[in-house]
Amino acid sequence: MKNLTWWSLLIVMLCMAPDTWAQKYMTRTGTVTFYSTSIIEDIEARTEQVSAVVDVQSSQLAFAIPIKSFQFKRTLMQEHFNENYMESERFPKATFSGRVVDLHPDALFKGGSQRVNVEGDLTIHGVTKRITVPGALEMSRGTLLVHAYFNVSPADYGIEVPLLVRENIAKTVGIRVSLSCDPVSQLTLSK
Amino acid sequence: MQHTYSLSRRLAGFLVGLSLFAAAPAWAQGDLLGQLEEQAPTAQTPGYVDATFKSTRLINGHTVQTPGQGTMIFLISHRFGTLNSGAYNFFGLDQATTRLGLEYGITDLLTVGIGRSSLEKAFDGFIKYKAIRQRTGAGGSPVSVTLLGSTAVNTLRYSGDAFDRTFTRRSTYTAQALVARKFSPSLSVQFMPTMVHNNLVATEQDPNDVYALGFAGRQKLTKRTSLNAEYYYLLPDSRPTGVRNALALGVDLETGGHVFQLHVTNAQGLIEKSFVQQTRGNFFDGDIYFGFIVNRNFTVRPKAGFRK
Repeated sequence: MKNLTWWSLLIVMLCMAPDTWAQKYMTRTGTVTFYSTSIIEDIEARTEQVSAVVDVQSSQLAFAIPIKSFQFKRTLMQEHFNENYMESERFPKATFSGRVVDLHPDALFKGGSQRVNVEGDLTIHGVTKRITVPGALEMSRGTLLVHAYFNVSPADYGIEVPLLVRENIAKTVGIRVSLSCDPVSQLTLSK
Repeated sequence: MQHTYSLSRRLAGFLVGLSLFAAAPAWAQGDLLGQLEEQAPTAQTPGYVDATFKSTRLINGHTVQTPGQGTMIFLISHRFGTLNSGAYNFFGLDQATTRLGLEYGITDLLTVGIGRSSLEKAFDGFIKYKAIRQRTGAGGSPVSVTLLGSTAVNTLRYSGDAFDRTFTRRSTYTAQALVARKFSPSLSVQFMPTMVHNNLVATEQDPNDVYALGFAGRQKLTKRTSLNAEYYYLLPDSRPTGVRNALALGVDLETGGHVFQLHVTNAQGLIEKSFVQQTRGNFFDGDIYFGFIVNRNFTVRPKAGFRK
C-alpha cells in the first residue's frame, strides 16, 4: 500500500513538471515601433529584433532591444539616431525589467485577452527610470501575445535635442511593443 | 519480499527527488533580464560601424560614406579665389569656382553620381561601391573599403586651336580606393591610394598616369561638428611639373538634413582630376582658397514598409 502511495506521488510529480516548464515564454523577434509626431515631420522607426522573456508564474518580464537594429525611413535619420541621440556605440541596448502587477495566470491559460499594468525599470541611453505602463496579454494556441503602447520623453533619458531641430522631434515619443512569445522549458533557457 | 519493497521504495524516492531537482530551477527566480541577455546575445545585429565621416565628401575628395539606398544628395561645392589675391579681388571673394552635383544610393553599398564644375566646364560622373564595411567584434573587418571610379570631361571651347580635341582626348579617369577606420566615435582616419589617367597631357614631360597617396582624418569636436584634414601626396615619378600636393583643412557643421562643410585648401579644383594633379597653390605662401560644401539629403525612395 505504501508502495502505491509513492508511485502515485511520483506520477503526480512527473505530470506537474511539464506545467512548471511552460511557465516561461520567450521571443527573439519581437517588434518595437516608435513614433514622433511634430508639425514639421513625422519620424517612425521599427525593429523586429526585440528579445523578451515573460515568466507567467512569477509575473516577471524582461526585454532587450539592440538600438542599432532600428530601421528608419531615411538613412540619415537612422544615422543621426545612432550617432547623435542614442549614442548606440556607448549604449548598444535598451532594456526593460519588471513585473506584471495584476496578472491572473489561470484566466490567461483559459483564453481571452487580459488588460494589465506593467511596472519596472526602463533603461534607455544608459539612464534607468521606473515606469508603469498599461499593456495586454493574450494566450493564443500556446503562444503568449504581449502588446503595449506608452509614451517616453527623450529628455528623461538624457537624450539631448539641439535647438535647431527641437521643432522636428516630439517632446514625448510613442512606443508600441508587440511580442509573440513561445513557451520555453527551463532547460533550454538556462543553456 | 521485504528486500524488493525496499528497493522499489528507494527507486521511487530517487525519482521523486530527481523530478524535484529538475523542477527546482523553475522556482528559483533569478534575474530574468540577466538570463535573457545570456540567451539572446546581440549577435543578430551585424556590428557594422557607420558614420565614419559626416558626409560623402571630406574636403576635396570622397569618403568611404555612401548615401544609402534611395537617398539622393544634392551637393553645392563652392570655392572662392585665393586669400592673397589682394583687396582688389576682395581677398578671393570676387572669383569663384563651383560644382553642382547629385549622387544617388542605388543600394546601401552602390552609389552613382554626376556633377558639373565651372573649372574647365567639366562634367563628371562616378560610381562608388562600398566593398568592405568595418565591423566590431571578433572576425570583423578592421577597416571599411570603398572603391571609386570617376570620369571627367573638359568641355571648354578652344578657339584658334587646330588640334582636334576629341571626346576621348578631353576625358580623364580616376580610380581610387578609400580605406578608412573609425578608431573611436570621434576619430576616423582614411587612406586613399589614387590613380588619375589623362588621355591627353599638355606637354611631353607630363605623365599620363599620375599616382598619389591620400591621407585624411576627422576629429569630432562635438556631436555635430568635426575638424577635418586631407592631404594628397604625389608619387615623385608621376608629378607633373609645377604641381604641388593638395592640402586641405576643414570643419563640418551638421544640422538636421544638411551638412555644411567649410574649408581652406591650396587646390582650386573640386574633382579628383583637378585637385590631385592640378594643384599649383602654395598653402604657406597664402595661395589659400576658402570654400564650402552644402549637402542636402533627399529621401527619394523610403525604406520598405514606411509611408512616403
